Amino acid sequence: MSDSHDSKHAAHAGHSAEEVDRHVRAAYYVFGSLLVLTGFTVGAYFLHLPKHLAITLALLIATTKGSLVAAWFMHLVSERKLIYWMLVLTALLFIPLLLLPTLTVADHIHLR
Amino acid sequence: MAQTTVAHGAAPAHDAHHEELGFWRKYVFSVDHKVIGIQYAVTGLLFLLFGFSLMMLMRWQLAYPGQALPLIGALLGEARTPGGIMLPEFYNELGAMHGTIMVFLGVVPLAVGGFGNFVLPLQIGAPDMAFPRINMASYWSYFLGGCVMLASFFVPGGAAQSGWTSYAPLSDIAGSGQTWWLFGMVFLITSSLLGSINFIVTTIQLRAPGLSFWRLPFFVWAQFVTAFLLLLAFPPLEGAAFLQLMDRLAHTSFFLPSGLVVSGQALQVAGGGNPLLWQHLFWFLAHPEVYVLILPAMGIVAEVIANNTRKPLWGYRSMVYSLIFLGFMSFIVWAHHMFITGMGTTMAAFFQTTTMIISIPSVVILSSLFISLYGGSIRFTTPMLFALGFLPMFGIGGLTGLPLGLTASDIHLHDTYYVIGHFHYVVAPGTIFGLFAGIYYWFPKATGRMMNETLGRIHFWGSFVFMNVIFTPMFIMGMAGVSRRLYDGGASYAHAQGVLHWNVVSSWGAWSLALFQLPFIFNFFWSIFRGKKVDDNPWHATTIEWAAPSPPPHGNFASQPVAHRGPYDYSVPGAARDYSPQWEAVGA
Amino acid sequence: MSMEIPYTVEARPDTGLTNGKLGIWLFLASEVMLFGALFASYVMLRVGSQNWPPGSTYLNIPLATLNTVILISSSVTMVLAWASIAKHDFKRFRLFMGITILCGFGFLIVKYFEYSAKFHHELYPSTNTFLAIYFTLTGLHGLHVIGGMAVNSYLWGPGSALYKTDPVHFMNRVENSGLFWHLVDLVWIFLFPILYLL
Repeated sequence: MSDSHDSKHAAHAGHSAEEVDRHVRAAYYVFGSLLVLTGFTVGAYFLHLPKHLAITLALLIATTKGSLVAAWFMHLVSERKLIYWMLVLTALLFIPLLLLPTLTVADHIHLR
Repeated sequence: MAQTTVAHGAAPAHDAHHEELGFWRKYVFSVDHKVIGIQYAVTGLLFLLFGFSLMMLMRWQLAYPGQALPLIGALLGEARTPGGIMLPEFYNELGAMHGTIMVFLGVVPLAVGGFGNFVLPLQIGAPDMAFPRINMASYWSYFLGGCVMLASFFVPGGAAQSGWTSYAPLSDIAGSGQTWWLFGMVFLITSSLLGSINFIVTTIQLRAPGLSFWRLPFFVWAQFVTAFLLLLAFPPLEGAAFLQLMDRLAHTSFFLPSGLVVSGQALQVAGGGNPLLWQHLFWFLAHPEVYVLILPAMGIVAEVIANNTRKPLWGYRSMVYSLIFLGFMSFIVWAHHMFITGMGTTMAAFFQTTTMIISIPSVVILSSLFISLYGGSIRFTTPMLFALGFLPMFGIGGLTGLPLGLTASDIHLHDTYYVIGHFHYVVAPGTIFGLFAGIYYWFPKATGRMMNETLGRIHFWGSFVFMNVIFTPMFIMGMAGVSRRLYDGGASYAHAQGVLHWNVVSSWGAWSLALFQLPFIFNFFWSIFRGKKVDDNPWHATTIEWAAPSPPPHGNFASQPVAHRGPYDYSVPGAARDYSPQWEAVGA
Repeated sequence: MSMEIPYTVEARPDTGLTNGKLGIWLFLASEVMLFGALFASYVMLRVGSQNWPPGSTYLNIPLATLNTVILISSSVTMVLAWASIAKHDFKRFRLFMGITILCGFGFLIVKYFEYSAKFHHELYPSTNTFLAIYFTLTGLHGLHVIGGMAVNSYLWGPGSALYKTDPVHFMNRVENSGLFWHLVDLVWIFLFPILYLL
């Protein structure tokens, strides 16, 4: 049971000053990595790779960037299991949504 | 006398600093889950009645194609019924809106918005939903969506008339009513998303002390899984609605293939789109949606059966695991609605397999409910009659789904009356019976009075008989090859001639069914004022909602209930009574 | 019984979550499915087309790269805004939240230039399927940017009054709003290569 005195302390909410500082430092590292990866994304474009490779590489880099944002900015690395498993469920449903409709017309696919 | 943690007081339990709310804040823009639940339920019931009325008009045209509608035909105007005879366009309008209204404005708001909102916080011993203001917003979003849908009847060209499924390219080029339908859907989907977030957070976060997940009533589990279906399946339909709105308003071609010719003229659009894309996005929602339609009803039936057999549910754990498995599988079967769209055999086999697998958890749940009857001291109360009726009716509905889920037989049965018979069995004597059971069962909690048993029995038997009269012939017609959505019921087709008379049977069944709803409507309103007054737990039930006063005040319970046992401790050996309520301390 | 809904400010012990945090993650899950549907549409339309133009045909890659950097930066400043509040530094919170909002404005301004350039060249959603999905995807994303900015502006402005009466509650709101903002960034991280570079 918290009273107004308690609630003014960040510690009560589970964030000590050191934890916050660590989080901020991680955010800066992630920021740097994201800028570098953005450079890779654009750089890969100028390599003019064949389509299949270009798509794979672009998605790989994007997934890495997205994972960094999710893990560190959105704090997923230290988030509760409940949230994590809900996201796994979402991902498991996202994948069929993404792929199955196109697969039903797969007989007529030509990737240009 | 067992100690309860509740005060039986007439005065509502307000906090000291909580000032009395005015009429509008208390009854109209209320944030109390019970008021919102009743708002959803009443609005949903009105829409069910309206959607049913649309069908009753259609049933005239089906039984007596080309004949003037008596009385009403003259009132509907020359644009829709010239000379009292229904135009095909009007028939299509009625058909599309009947489906839309029943599914999105009737059943789900009643089953989830109504029962879920009213009962769930009470059953978990919570003072309200986790987000009361979002709860209110979700009701009003639904209400607005309903207004948009109703208003669409009055726009030039009339309401949507491309089926409740709004298939492209027809829906892309249809009249303005279709645009209204799309906007209406956006409001409804928003309502649903807000509601589902609320239900999930409430169930996880606001359970009473001692109420672990494995002590939750099956009804709560059912609403919980349903909420996940709504949360994750509706957004793709929202996306699809945006795409169709772009097609209709910004002249894009998401769903319009190249070279489309309409009434002899090539359509002046860029083309390059795919009508099947709409089907995929639509059915990605609409398949889980049918489980949204059935799960809450299964939840209600489970509660009523446990209570009226004076026994715990048989196979509670298996039922819960089945619920969860069913919920997940429901996301990967959708293309069984699309078997004949030309997909390759590999994909067809994939969806056929997942569809066959999904019947397993359904069978587990239904079987468990049947087995729960064995050895019970059955009380044939009105809720129990509806719950018992539900069991074989859902069985028929489920079994008739199997030939549709198998690609080979589906070739013959797709888009015939067989499909209509199948899904109406599941929704009408299935879900709606579950919802009726819930109304009779929880009416005393919401009002402090019982509904009349005699009127309830008349309502049940009439509904049971005539629902079967309406829908059984449809299997016959479907197997004979009569397609659905034919505005003359198949009258102009040679292969249908031998089964056309069944249209007349179904129609008279529908009109008779309507008559037998009158005792229910009368009973519902009469009992609010004149029903027999009862105490807080007239059914001698075990779940926590029966610990609250009837009706529960703002805040629900005088003090926080605690769960001391599982949800269905009926007829515990050695106990003084044949029920040990969940909230009563052990040994009290 | 108290009318208070528990766990709005302090976490529920066994789940370790506040209601708001669980709620916002559920909402984000639904957003993933919404954008997922549009990405799925992109895949199906592109795979089924005879001539899908490379992004550079119509789109300005340098401008979009700039937008990518703007959004990533705004995510960092959002973290810094939350960190400031967590350490009771209200002034720095306002500074970083303000920069986050300004970055949002920057993103929208670049988008404005992009869109108006297209319209100037008579390139509309109706012109072809590529442009249709481009405008729809970036348009919906842009609406989410506006929505995020609206919430952030509320927290920067009138909503910040809550800090004086219940700082932990306010910090939770900032954190939850941040989660939404990071999702907006995350969606763009995928949108950018898929639309512009492939």
